[in-house]
Amino acid sequence: MKHPDAIVVGGGLVGAAIAYGLQRTGLSTLMLDEGDVALRASRGNFGLIWVQSKGINFPPYASWTWDSASLWPTLDAELRDLTGDVLDLHQPGGIEFCLSDDEIKKCRGDIRRLHAHAPQVAAEMLDHKALSKMLPGLGPDVVGGRYCRGDGHVNPLSLLRALHKGLLTKGGEIKSGSPVRSIRHQGGVFTVATNTEQHQSARLVLAAGLGTRDLAEMIGLDIPVRPIRGQNLVTEKLQPFLPFPCATIRQTGEGSVQIGASEEDVGFNDATTPRILNKMAARAVTIFPHLKQARIVRVWGALRIMSPDGYPIYAQSQRFPGAFAAVCHSGVTLAAVHTLKLAKAIAEGALPDAVSAMNPERFANAQT
Amino acid sequence: MPRLDRNGDTSVSIEFEGVAISAFEGDSVAAALLSNGYRNFRDTPVNGASRGAFCMMGVCFDCLVEINGIGNIQACMTEVRAGMHIRRQRGARDIHAQDGSL
Ligand SMILES: Cc1cc2nc3c(=O)[nH]c(=O)nc-3n(C[C@H](O)[C@H](O)[C@H](O)COP(=O)(O)OP(=O)(O)OC[C@H]3O[C@@H](n4cnc5c(N)ncnc54)[C@H](O)[C@@H]3O)c2cc1C
Ligand code: FES
Repeated sequence: MKHPDAIVVGGGLVGAAIAYGLQRTGLSTLMLDEGDVALRASRGNFGLIWVQSKGINFPPYASWTWDSASLWPTLDAELRDLTGDVLDLHQPGGIEFCLSDDEIKKCRGDIRRLHAHAPQVAAEMLDHKALSKMLPGLGPDVVGGRYCRGDGHVNPLSLLRALHKGLLTKGGEIKSGSPVRSIRHQGGVFTVATNTEQHQSARLVLAAGLGTRDLAEMIGLDIPVRPIRGQNLVTEKLQPFLPFPCATIRQTGEGSVQIGASEEDVGFNDATTPRILNKMAARAVTIFPHLKQARIVRVWGALRIMSPDGYPIYAQSQRFPGAFAAVCHSGVTLAAVHTLKLAKAIAEGALPDAVSAMNPERFANAQT
Repeated sequence: MPRLDRNGDTSVSIEFEGVAISAFEGDSVAAALLSNGYRNFRDTPVNGASRGAFCMMGVCFDCLVEINGIGNIQACMTEVRAGMHIRRQRGARDIHAQDGSL
């Protein structure tokens, strides 16, 4: 059997964006994924394409994020033409609500720091009156909010499906139920073994979310990610009332209202807890009081993939040229740059300059 | 669809889409609509397809109707009460236009 030009381990949003991106540059690509029972941020996230709070203290991340938000329409159009899937992409700008003067102060300070290096983001503070004009039904206790025209949202499940479909349509291969157990390297070729099979390729990308840490160790890379849980609630489908995606509330194209997402350091535990769900629902009802009447039809927890400083990690192995790793906690937002820029650079043999500051060595340096 | 009569069941009048129909108190709203010949309970929010009761046990959510002004109510899980105003659930629920109670 002929070896694929590249193997991608992980079939979540990051792995699938890279695998599809590699295949579209002409490299035959095999994507290996686990089975139905797996930790998968890509199937439990909030669906925001979010710019206004990204890289406030880290310019390379702010511009990488901005790039991705700007490239999203291109990715959306390409996937729609190729797969026929509609991703419900809307980028009307987004809002983070402030329910106290302290929250206003924090948002305002963030904008100042972000604009110092990323003025293109052009976020602005809006008071209650201005927000009420944009959002009929806004609760009286909303003091104000931060609006950024670069923000948007998308159906993240449709995105995942379209990336998989796109990869297959372009001639790539997907094997699920194939957890990778070992990686060996010999004579410029990686041999990747699952429980039952072996696959070989000269190019290897590890994008296995929280599984990346163990896999990366096998090729001498340190990718120190840990889980941060987020809980979510979803209501019955409602008539459209919320034309902007917001940091913790968004209405999907089909009318459901998604309320998210907590941030909890609880290890590998993706359960839900009534205490946190109550708190999230109460905040949503403060923001839009009529939501009190809406029925919650589903709740779930999912695990974010978090690095020590919260920024993505992109690595290429010095010891084993051809091996790469990629992890991040905003894989929806970054799907466009991962597909259109990162994968292209990996196909050409090296990470793009834009991500050089997001290397894993920064953590080793921080310790010394 | 005929309904078996049981001794002592109380027949009451309810309304479906503005038409008075008779039903038995304690039956589910879904059973009442079906026995009056109505199979079409709602239009889906996404593409407007017609749907009606399917599982009759609260799991499929295909039997949604509007009762006394409150939308998205499972007809199979709601008991008939005299004088209920029932309407087809057309698309997604509107929570602004709501003032009734069950
Ligand atoms: C609650 C919540 C809300 C979020 N909201 C947003 C948001 O609004 N916007 C945004 O941009 N991002 C958001 N995110 C983050 C986003 O979901 C993630 O960044 C993204 O899904 C990460 O994708 P991934 O492919 O790296 O990881 P995952 O989706 O976790 O996928 C990893 C895949 O690798 C596979 N795998 C693991 N180990 C192996 C192995 N040994 N062999 C083979 N396969 C393996 C797993 O089975 C899995 O399918 C949110 C996350 C959470 C949890
Ligand atoms: S018929 Fe299935 S939920 Fe009512």
